[in-house]
Amino acid sequence: MSAPDLDEFIAASARALALSVDPAWYPAVRFNLEVTFRLATLVSAFPLPDDAEPAPVFRA
Amino acid sequence: MFDPTEASALDIVRAVAMGATTADAVVEAALARIAARNPLLNAFSDITADRARARAASIDARRAGGEPVGPLAGVPFAAKNLFDVAGLPTRAGSKINRDRPPALRDSPLIERLEAAGAVLVGALNMGEYAYDFTGENIHDGPSRNPHDPERMTGGSSGGSGGAVAGRLVPLALGSDTNGSIRVPASLCGVFGLKPTYGRLTRARTFPFVTSLDHVGPFARSAADLAVCYDALQGPDADDPVCAARPAQPTVPTLAIGLDGLRVATAGGYFHHGLSPEGHAALAAVAAALGVTREVEWPGAAEARAAAYVITCAEGAALHMDRLRSRAKDFDPAVRDRLIAGAMVPASMVMRAQKFRRWYQGRILELFEEVDAVLLPATPCTAPRIGQETFTLDGLEVPVRANLGIYTQPISFIGLPVVAAPVPLAPLPTAVQIVAAPWREDVALRIAHALEEEGVVAAPRPARRVD
Repeated sequence: MSAPDLDEFIAASARALALSVDPAWYPAVRFNLEVTFRLATLVSAFPLPDDAEPAPVFRA
Repeated sequence: MFDPTEASALDIVRAVAMGATTADAVVEAALARIAARNPLLNAFSDITADRARARAASIDARRAGGEPVGPLAGVPFAAKNLFDVAGLPTRAGSKINRDRPPALRDSPLIERLEAAGAVLVGALNMGEYAYDFTGENIHDGPSRNPHDPERMTGGSSGGSGGAVAGRLVPLALGSDTNGSIRVPASLCGVFGLKPTYGRLTRARTFPFVTSLDHVGPFARSAADLAVCYDALQGPDADDPVCAARPAQPTVPTLAIGLDGLRVATAGGYFHHGLSPEGHAALAAVAAALGVTREVEWPGAAEARAAAYVITCAEGAALHMDRLRSRAKDFDPAVRDRLIAGAMVPASMVMRAQKFRRWYQGRILELFEEVDAVLLPATPCTAPRIGQETFTLDGLEVPVRANLGIYTQPISFIGLPVVAAPVPLAPLPTAVQIVAAPWREDVALRIAHALEEEGVVAAPRPARRVD
């Protein structure tokens, strides 16, 4: 995503989550989102079958 | 002459047991050492002197009366300030939590160490809400590395690493979500144990990422680490993640040697970005153990990435109310990561949890072939305080998020690890000794054997610094 797209995403997400994000915080939030999305893409690119179980912590 | 600030925990126990010293004298020496050194090292955020003196007097009285006083009688220790200490607000490195009421009761791990005769002398500085690898804290100032106070301790258990390396206490408690015990152990040159996920109770500690949070001890020898860990073990219904399995003492097998153990190193991901010092430390340890086998560790890069994604999303979920109501009271570096984490789509987090299961399966297969794997703990020795970026594999990346690149793939699936310090000059580093789940005994045995050979050790800070 481009920087303007990410800023739009941050603004919309902040509204949806009732978070107040000061405009001065945008560059750092954007940087952190870029890193997270890049790493999430690396994980998503790893082939897993549909029936792969997640690793939940809860134990009954 | 017996110097209680330089002595190991076990030396203190022996000296107290023989009547060569008293718990009171040991605790007074620790308090004096803290008073002298903490203004520089900034390891302690709270000093519980009155409580410690009362506890020490009680141990001495019980010993004089012929009562048993426990396997850690008279040993001073301290706990990262996310552990509840009765009478203190559990600040977890934050400004916000200082408004909490004082804890009514100690964390069970503090209770267990005190039941074993150890004496709590205070709470330790840490990165805000445990979301850092640096040991820096915007509210309390950085914890400083005893080997060079201009350098980081590593974090987030920075005060724990600094207090043990600086000879303020022989034992400390820390927490490790992605590397927060092992990174400061490496940068400060002390031993750290991150046990199997679910092995030690986290009850009455302030959480960060509950599906990744671990707690564990720091020490200056493998034997001290083992005796402390054994005192900490056991089920606890107050932590739903804590395993119901009984304690598995490690002290009885600590010194049986390495016969029959299959040890390997792993290349690939764990060599990318590793400094010459890190390579030298790993080579020295492998040579001492006669290790020639190198295994492939599958999925390490994806594991680190998945741990990163889960951490920011789950950490953000924990702090949503505080982000809404008190955003300006956070450390900005923590706040901006948490805000970003709040916006990560659920599909990305679920994918990371699915990968986690796949990855665990492959690594458990690997541990059918070997008993332990040696890995670097940190890509470099301690960076300077305030240093924001460093070069990793040719790329300029933030220090705060990347000192743990070698630790994250291990805690991601809860494997037990001993971070064993290699006393390089001028700054130490550590090697991770990783074992199969519930086999802390194996990692501790290897660390102890390496210590006996003189390859790993917790170096004393140079006199010019000390």
